Amino acid sequence: MEAVYAVCVGLLTFSGVFLCLRGRTFPVVMGLTLLSYAVNLFLFSSGRLKLDGAAILGTSYSYADPLPQALVLTAIVIGFAMTAFVVILAMRARADLGNDHVDGRLPPQPETKPRRKKDKA
Amino acid sequence: MIEHLTILPVLLPLLGALSLLLPPLGSSLERQRLASLFFAALTLLASLALLLHTRSEGIQLYVLGNWQPPFGIALVADLLSTMLVLLTSILALAALLYACAGEDRTGAYFHPLILFQLMGINGAFLTGDIFNLFVFFEVLLIASYALLIHGGGKQKTQAGFHYVALNLVGSSLFLFALGILYGTLGTLNIADMSTKVAQLSEAESTLARAGGMLLLVVFGLKAAMLPLHFWLTRAYASAAAPVAALFAIMTKVGIYSLFRIHTVVFGDNAGPLANMIEPWIWPLAILTVVAGSIGALASPNLRELTANLVIVSVGTLLITVAIQSEKATAAGLYYLVHSTFISAAMFLIAGLISQQRGKAADRFVMSRKVRQPALLGVLFFVAAMTIAGIPPFSGFIGKLLTLQAAHAGAEMLWAWPTILISSLIAIIALSRGGTTLFWRRSSDKTEAEPASHWQVAAVCLLLLAAPLMVVFGGPLTQYTEQAAQQLHQLPASLDILLPGGPS
Repeated sequence: MEAVYAVCVGLLTFSGVFLCLRGRTFPVVMGLTLLSYAVNLFLFSSGRLKLDGAAILGTSYSYADPLPQALVLTAIVIGFAMTAFVVILAMRARADLGNDHVDGRLPPQPETKPRRKKDKA
Repeated sequence: MIEHLTILPVLLPLLGALSLLLPPLGSSLERQRLASLFFAALTLLASLALLLHTRSEGIQLYVLGNWQPPFGIALVADLLSTMLVLLTSILALAALLYACAGEDRTGAYFHPLILFQLMGINGAFLTGDIFNLFVFFEVLLIASYALLIHGGGKQKTQAGFHYVALNLVGSSLFLFALGILYGTLGTLNIADMSTKVAQLSEAESTLARAGGMLLLVVFGLKAAMLPLHFWLTRAYASAAAPVAALFAIMTKVGIYSLFRIHTVVFGDNAGPLANMIEPWIWPLAILTVVAGSIGALASPNLRELTANLVIVSVGTLLITVAIQSEKATAAGLYYLVHSTFISAAMFLIAGLISQQRGKAADRFVMSRKVRQPALLGVLFFVAAMTIAGIPPFSGFIGKLLTLQAAHAGAEMLWAWPTILISSLIAIIALSRGGTTLFWRRSSDKTEAEPASHWQVAAVCLLLLAAPLMVVFGGPLTQYTEQAAQQLHQLPASLDILLPGGPS
């Protein structure tokens, strides 16, 4: 279980970081979202992974640490608000700047030689 | 009442901001201005009372919901945090005063946002729990996101997106670090963490080291430490003047967290992890000063120049963090207060200058002359002298204390030339900028409005710190020394911070 869990968190983080490094705002927002998913899973595991553990006393033989669950809940709420804000900001940037590049301007295109049309006439 | 004093600097701005959003106050700008000034002044009074109370009665522990630490969340008011809370409250009041002249009309919800940000910053300073520090970071950040694009425009949106994306990545890293530290130490209370960190096994201490390093990256991002400082110039230069003035404290929140976490938790008593960031932070601090100085020489306008000087001051503060002695921390705290006041004042002065120079704004080009050359000239001159560290003002004392703190051989060799040359560069950049702004002028008639009384009052409130911090230099340095002592000798106050003993 630990290995699968760790691979999942790692994969989400990897995808998140990769998408954050893209040049357009949409992949960046997606990347930030994936990164926050990875963080939530990671925080959850900081109380150790346990099966059948209850967070409330007197209901089970084994207990899970309730604090990481509370932390994850807080992190999810904050993550929602931040994602909502960054989506709106990205849309506003698209409207204000006329493109969806993170720098607000498209990078200069590499010059390609115009193809010569051969006159076959 | 007196036992609830600790939470008032957080609660009052929150109540103020909420009531400003409701109908009786939210419907008219005049009422909003009055109410927000009232709440900011009230917060200022509460912070002052808290400072005096803490000074006479010692560290105050405020346990929220009566869950005793280390299990519940606690607010801790010690000498360091109350000083910074008072500083923030003064700054917010000045920003609001300045904005009342008309800057608050360029977008919605200016006053509630400033109060929310005040709440976030005060909370970050007062909290004794590292997860709560994260929560208050988010409160102050989301308010700052909205404030940064206040007024709108291409430049602000562009700088805003960078700022938001970078800080969201920073928040994720912060949470990763918290997860690692909670997993290894089993607690999030800062005082409790400091007792646990020396007892870790070897494998766990490697993990905790990774967590601590991640925190250095996060706080470095907030403080604009060298490889993470690129967002600052653009964000600060494009923000509205009162917003930029309030942002002057934001980099200091990062420095404060470095003091709080890396001096207290990973400080001298941390066993194998003692002073673990020291080898990293020395070169980064010096390179930050160098990068800021080069930026200052290359700045095309006054706001960017000031933003680069903020980076220089962050580098100087990082040097005091790197030295890690009580004396250096005390010097750093004095310098922190001074540089916050003066960079905020400089941003406001830049706002006044660009308002009176027509199209040229605050760019260093020839243009029509400002409407009130005598007033603005004097204000600019005082602020510039203070930033550069020329004797009669507080910059001189701040830099002198820092130089005195770096007295060991290698420290002196690196810190002295860096700080002295950066001051020289600040003098060059500011005098070049000032001569262009005030003396290279065309013969066009100026039609700009003179500065309003609100604006002049706000600038004077901040600039007064320059002479006052010299006049009351004795008591102030004594205070910062006591605050540094409290910070470095945490075991002495563990009885107050953890009444039930470590978990």
